[in-house]
Amino acid sequence: MSYNFKQEMNKPERLAPGHRMCAGCGGTITVRAVLRALHEGDKAVIGNATGCLEVSTFMYPYTAYEDSYIHNAFENAGATMSGVETAYNVLKRKGKIDDTYKFITFGGDGGTYDIGLQSLSGAMERNHDFVYVCYDNGAYMNTGIQRSSATPMYADTTTTPVGSQSNGKMQNRKDLASILAAHDIPYVGQSTLLGNFKDLHTKAEKAIYTEGAAFLNVMAPCPRGWRYPTEDIMEICKLGVETCYWPLFEVDHGKWILNYEPKKKLPIEDFLRPQGRFKHLFKKGNEDLLVQFQEEVDRRWEDLLYRCARD
Amino acid sequence: MAIRERLSGNEAISYAIKQVNPDVMPAFPITPSTEIPQYVANYIANGEMDTDFIPVESEHSSMSATVGASAAGARALTATSSCGLALMWEELYVAASNRLPLALCLVNRALSGPININCDHSDSMGARDTGFIQIYAENNQEAYDNFIQAYRISEHKDVRLPIMICQDGFITSHAVENIELLEDDKVKNFVGEYNPENYLLNAKQPMSVGPYAVSNYYMETKMAQNTAMQNAKQVILEVGKEFGEMSGRNYGFFEEYRLEDADYAFVIIGSAAGTSKDAVDKLREQGMKVGLLKLRVFRPFPDIEIAKALSNCKAVAIMDRCEGFRSKGGPLGAEVKAALYDYAKDVTAFNLIYGLGGRDFTVESAEEIFKELAAYVEEGKAFEEYRYVGLRGESYSIARTSKGVTSDVNADRA
Amino acid sequence: MAATDISKITEKSNWQDLTVGNQIYAAGTSKAFNTGEWRTQTPVFHSEKCKQCLLCVPVCPDSSIPVKDCKREDFDYDHCKGCGICAKVCPFEAISMKEGQ
Repeated sequence: MSYNFKQEMNKPERLAPGHRMCAGCGGTITVRAVLRALHEGDKAVIGNATGCLEVSTFMYPYTAYEDSYIHNAFENAGATMSGVETAYNVLKRKGKIDDTYKFITFGGDGGTYDIGLQSLSGAMERNHDFVYVCYDNGAYMNTGIQRSSATPMYADTTTTPVGSQSNGKMQNRKDLASILAAHDIPYVGQSTLLGNFKDLHTKAEKAIYTEGAAFLNVMAPCPRGWRYPTEDIMEICKLGVETCYWPLFEVDHGKWILNYEPKKKLPIEDFLRPQGRFKHLFKKGNEDLLVQFQEEVDRRWEDLLYRCARD
Repeated sequence: MAIRERLSGNEAISYAIKQVNPDVMPAFPITPSTEIPQYVANYIANGEMDTDFIPVESEHSSMSATVGASAAGARALTATSSCGLALMWEELYVAASNRLPLALCLVNRALSGPININCDHSDSMGARDTGFIQIYAENNQEAYDNFIQAYRISEHKDVRLPIMICQDGFITSHAVENIELLEDDKVKNFVGEYNPENYLLNAKQPMSVGPYAVSNYYMETKMAQNTAMQNAKQVILEVGKEFGEMSGRNYGFFEEYRLEDADYAFVIIGSAAGTSKDAVDKLREQGMKVGLLKLRVFRPFPDIEIAKALSNCKAVAIMDRCEGFRSKGGPLGAEVKAALYDYAKDVTAFNLIYGLGGRDFTVESAEEIFKELAAYVEEGKAFEEYRYVGLRGESYSIARTSKGVTSDVNADRA
Repeated sequence: MAATDISKITEKSNWQDLTVGNQIYAAGTSKAFNTGEWRTQTPVFHSEKCKQCLLCVPVCPDSSIPVKDCKREDFDYDHCKGCGICAKVCPFEAISMKEGQ
């Protein structure tokens, strides 16, 4: 699976323009990158939990998908694709269809970490042959930036607003990739939007072409929710990786693999400072909050290093 | 030659599923429908059918996966009861609005709380406005026959709606009765192959399902659904007739039992119709002109047909196995009364609630109600309606005579 | 069944003219919707400075940098929303942003 960047960019586009996602959206960059990993000639059914992506990419009668697409509801993208994938197996066995299909479902962190976790867990445990991709922008952006269990600690959201008695969200974010890895499915990967997209592409291709259930967690910044200028998205993603806030790793048939280790781990402030949702952390007197945030990042990073070193 | 057997309602439905041999069945166990996925899983395990069973982790997921499979181009179904149906409530609307002709085998059971595993119709009645076709059975034979007809109705090009095939929990689902089964090839020919025009896995034409649609499309979409439901009426009659020609058992919207010349009648759904028929027979022997309308098809609702069938009755008791909490009875009462108001104003109708949470409904209770109807008309006695049949202690009810409301029991108490 | 012609489906269509279950039997019909008018700033492509590294292509949220024979072409201004990510990632200053449409 060598990566020829120019050839990949030359492939026909599978997410058409004309969708209504915001300018600078990380979600659609993610979708494009994942769909690009499909081999030419392979057909696909794309699934989708309710969220920004759904209401913006299939607004009747405008579908942005060049492949077949199904949106069902918010909390059931995993179960819905279970049904599609099972139908494929049966119809193929019964000789009613010939073509090769791949199945990819997208959900935001709301539809994945929270309301859709049961449905996702069930589908993954049953090892249906599809990829679930979470485009994680760390809050319920579609309904207006409410906190989710993917929201990092101290983020200012509309349901964890910063105020005279509040420093934003009180809890740490849920480690969803580990939860999925604990399902012992064939493939779990964590990635984000970087440079020539080799990391995300390679993981998407592995996820799609590994037999059985696969899960990808992709940090996909939301300029409105995170409050940064739209053009800065790639820099923010890079800082997420260089500060070890968002490590790149995969769990391939149970084996934990660290894909990137910064030569010099940057302080978490570098990731937080460009984002308006963390502005209050840089006020005088809140230094201890940054220390706490750094401690949590360090703890998780050490834990990941340990898991990867063990394997 | 028909095959004579002795089966429970769950076995009968499962046997029908085996004969229809659909493509995909996701299901999650819940009493009293649990046996259906068990039987199907066993048939599959022994190579008697080649459906793929998905042992999902909840009923919400079972209907979600059924929706996915159906959209993908498979003939799909699930089975559930009670809280399971309530959990998939959102998905019932999704299945119907996406116009997916999938089937749901419902074994009617009371909704919580308190948790109660026995029969009433609160589960399916709660789902009456979801856009599903709803067909009810009195016994295992009807449950079996209804399922054989299900896909012919739901997949019809003028309909394309999901269908709910209902039977009464335990009373029908677990009671073993004589049944006549059809031969496999007869069922296969009757049901036919499913070849949808459009589906996700159609390599010639990608398809997108489940959009966001703005207000300017929403009402038009609902009218299209409503029209499909109206179209289902004709299709149900045609399929019922064709099924009758094959099996000797005819099906329409409802069964009229000794109703033609009846002065007093029940409108009732499900297994309690059998009990009530015994009461009708007994009272007929005593010279009372009583009869019964057993409703089979609740959605689409055959309002004109019901009103016409009841139009010569002097008084009617509409028997609801479901509470509506409108302090005026249940959903069947509301809908039948509306039909009578529109098309047969002269018929006096009362609404009673019986059998909640599996409470026994006896021949004696039915006889008593018929006699009260007669006393109301012939002797001017008051009839207490909205009451619970067989309740210990007084019901909240209103007593009516032909001169109007005579007493509000609640007001009297106060 | 023939592909859905979405030009025949508008917010003024009668209910009979909508597709069954709001299904669309066609691919990529969103191309018919113009999102270019959302722009408050606009990328300008300076082809003479472009080295065809294509790093701008995958970062576009709106699939608005067409590629032909492994070379990028000018922007799809019917759909580009003017987010500026492409200009920021270009190593050769071959994309500049100007105010307005």
